[in-house]
Amino acid sequence: MALPRIRVGRVFAYVAALAVAAFILAPIYLITISAFSSFDAVYEYPKNLVPTDASMESMNIFLESDGVTDSLLRSAYVAAITIVLCLALGTPAGYALARFTFRGGNPFQLALVSTRAFPLIIIAIPLAVTYLRVGIDDTVIGVALAHVAFTLPLTVLVTASVFAGISYELEEAAMTLGCNRLSAFRKIALPLALPGVAASAIFVFVTSWNEVFAAALLTLRERTLPAQMLAALDTSPLPYRLAGGFFLLAPALVVIFFIRKYLLTTWGRVAR
Amino acid sequence: MTSIAQETAPLTRRKRRWEGLPYWLILPTVAYLGVFFVWPMIQGFGLALQDETGAWSFTAFRTMVDDAAFGEAMSFTFLLILVVVPIQFVLALGMALLLNARLRGGGLFLYIFLLPLAISDLAAGIAWSAIFTERGYLNTILGGVGVLEQPFIFLDPTSKTQLVIAVAAAEIWRSTTFMMVILFAGLQAIPKDYTEAAEVFGAGFFQRVRHVIFPMLKPSIQVALLLRLIFAFEVFAVVIALTGSGATVLAAEAYKWQATNENEHVAAAYSMVILGLSLAAAAVILVALRTPRERRLR
Amino acid sequence: MSEIRFQAVRKSFGKFAAVDGVDLEVRDREFVVLLGPSGCGKTTLLRCLAGLERVDDGRVFIGDRDSTDLPPRRRRIAMVFQSYAVFPHMKVYDNIAFGLRMQREKKPVIDERVRSSAGLLHIEELLDRYSSQLSGGQRQRVAVARAIATKADVLLMDEPLSNLDALLRLEMRAELKTLLQNLDATTIYVTHDQIEALSMGDRIAVMNKGRIVQLGNPLEVYDNPSDTFVGGFIGNPPMNFLEAEVSANGGASNAKLSGGSFELTGETAALAGHNLLLGIRAEAIGVETAAADGLGRAKVIVLEPLGSHNLLTVRCGADTLKVSIQPDLFPQPESDVWLRLEPSRIRWMDRDTGVAIHTGTEEFATETAVVTT
Repeated sequence: MALPRIRVGRVFAYVAALAVAAFILAPIYLITISAFSSFDAVYEYPKNLVPTDASMESMNIFLESDGVTDSLLRSAYVAAITIVLCLALGTPAGYALARFTFRGGNPFQLALVSTRAFPLIIIAIPLAVTYLRVGIDDTVIGVALAHVAFTLPLTVLVTASVFAGISYELEEAAMTLGCNRLSAFRKIALPLALPGVAASAIFVFVTSWNEVFAAALLTLRERTLPAQMLAALDTSPLPYRLAGGFFLLAPALVVIFFIRKYLLTTWGRVAR
Repeated sequence: MTSIAQETAPLTRRKRRWEGLPYWLILPTVAYLGVFFVWPMIQGFGLALQDETGAWSFTAFRTMVDDAAFGEAMSFTFLLILVVVPIQFVLALGMALLLNARLRGGGLFLYIFLLPLAISDLAAGIAWSAIFTERGYLNTILGGVGVLEQPFIFLDPTSKTQLVIAVAAAEIWRSTTFMMVILFAGLQAIPKDYTEAAEVFGAGFFQRVRHVIFPMLKPSIQVALLLRLIFAFEVFAVVIALTGSGATVLAAEAYKWQATNENEHVAAAYSMVILGLSLAAAAVILVALRTPRERRLR
Repeated sequence: MSEIRFQAVRKSFGKFAAVDGVDLEVRDREFVVLLGPSGCGKTTLLRCLAGLERVDDGRVFIGDRDSTDLPPRRRRIAMVFQSYAVFPHMKVYDNIAFGLRMQREKKPVIDERVRSSAGLLHIEELLDRYSSQLSGGQRQRVAVARAIATKADVLLMDEPLSNLDALLRLEMRAELKTLLQNLDATTIYVTHDQIEALSMGDRIAVMNKGRIVQLGNPLEVYDNPSDTFVGGFIGNPPMNFLEAEVSANGGASNAKLSGGSFELTGETAALAGHNLLLGIRAEAIGVETAAADGLGRAKVIVLEPLGSHNLLTVRCGADTLKVSIQPDLFPQPESDVWLRLEPSRIRWMDRDTGVAIHTGTEEFATETAVVTT
């Protein structure tokens, strides 16, 4: 009796997993075939569920629209600046949390965790006011600075977790073999932490690439891709929106592939 | 003995410098967050509590509450949470359990299940609008299998119920993964011995989930619900992308007052409402789902 | 050249005094084992010597240099870590070469030393592998090879064998001892395994609660424990301790145990005025299966055959004793046996302080002490 019941459970599990997978993949599939279809296909009804005539027509309309390539580039710049700043500021702090017990260490960590209770919206509005006064409103750097404020706490927590996973004895061994603290870090801890740090960089990239609210508030002409898309939602033609949606979504397919292991170990642990 | 006493002075000095290292390492982060997180937040309070002339007043809050959109935004935000979060929680737990069951092809399922984590709410809104729109994929499918004769207008701006369902579908699709990741990490921290012991004592699958996994997972459930609720008050682009001006939420109103009406005071007042609700939700979850220390794993 | 001296060294973590005033001198090329239970401060003391911990107070000398404030890299030491700390992102070759490269040795020198160190530890064929491709025993060899490659004056070992399984540990123990005998380094070896300490060290420093409680060669430490802690910690089974009363009776003295009493010969003046514990090793107790004149009776509780000998737990009066007997003797539980305490092996401790009391006759007593009921 026991054996068949287990098998039924397994079958049910597969059916459930396949159903969830289909639910997740369907919209991605549909927006992809929409983005790569002809102008006519976008407007036709009933729609074709299987792409028979893939075409770059919609994609070209999107890419040739005013400001689109610029906003794509800007999104890339913003993400790049955000990543560099986040790692430059956050890696040392993460290392400190992982390696030292010091007065204030725990409150610092708690403060980082609790920043997540404060939505980005709250700081975006005052920042918009300040940027106008300082003169960095409507700039790529302004958006990046806001994104750093939002992603830095998690970066610190994740890198702390990465460094905590690398035994301090390795660095100590290097120190007994002739390294000082800095060279032990550079030769031992850093190379070993690199994959984990890269994964957190990728996560910073995704967060920045996707962020709409602050980007839209802080820019007017120098829009990032999401800001551009948001502004154009009710004025742009359908093919433009679908192709743009695909561009917003596409990095996810690649990025998740590279950081899927880390999401569940490091990131999941930190989130708890 | 005297020589030791004399030599302790430089030793202590050196030790202090040594102990200063972690503070130097966290200084950049602390400074940055001070300038770009804490200070703007204080500024936000100031903005919300000042009028255009800079005088302290509740004008901004009064303007906000008197606006008809405030009630609409409030009710839509809450309605959405009420529909989305319970469904999402059950689904996320189910997905986490499926991944934890180590099915053949688990790596592929893992990849697919994680995908929405990197998809923005704007992209989700656009993708689902392609499905829900009158000449969209859902009507195509329903028409194709003969359920519908005529295309149905799902995104009917006059039907709040339909709009909530549409936005809820997109939100469930996009943000369930976020909860799943936290729950799955929690599941993996539960040693297999416990569930195996329960199995040996005759517990079936659902009994194991209810009596062993659920209690041990409670801290993770707490965090998952907490963060999910906080993010739910920020929901923004997906609503705009799906409903146009048919529905509004708190964050959308904040955006509108800042970007369109150029009144940062009312916008800040909205952000303070969002903050207040986030903190209140966090407090409720923390209290309702607290696990006494002695009952925790480890 | 490379003698080591700790001078009143203290190190606390918060309120916990891990090392609480240690003075210790280690001679050039000596092999000293720091032995003690976990939390006794032995590893902390080693790390203070390595420069991985800063002492709160006191001085550390390596050779004739005051090394108290020197960073690890300037102390001319090498260390084998408990977890081995073999760098996972480098091949075995690069691990062994690491210290030499940090010292900017020339390439041919590095190559020669890496190969000779690897040869000494029989890991020449592993030089191209990564740590993850090695077994625990192989990693351990790499860690030792890396430490000896730099030809440091001082070699520090922090429980190097504790992560190996029993058989491998036995094998490695002998191999390591041979290897270290042929090196010129002064070695400090930390372990909680008393057999390791007894079998390897020139001298053993037994530590408890942050202090060194006894320093001596292995036999001394085993035979003449300085207090009940050392007697109980070293030896398997631990030393038996029995409450005793000694009364002077004219020229001879009489020792009274809960299970009987016996005549004491020799000098006992030092024992006067103490509440006493009698300490005796399991193998210093003779056992007869038949009643004989003047032997003390005890009841067998359990018999554990161990191959080379049998271990007997017996009850004698209010005391429970561990006695080791020859392997062909099998007294059944609940049966009676008769005990004889070897007088030269009897040690006296103060019951209140636990500290050993020396009567001056321990080594010379030859008469047989007999427990009489």
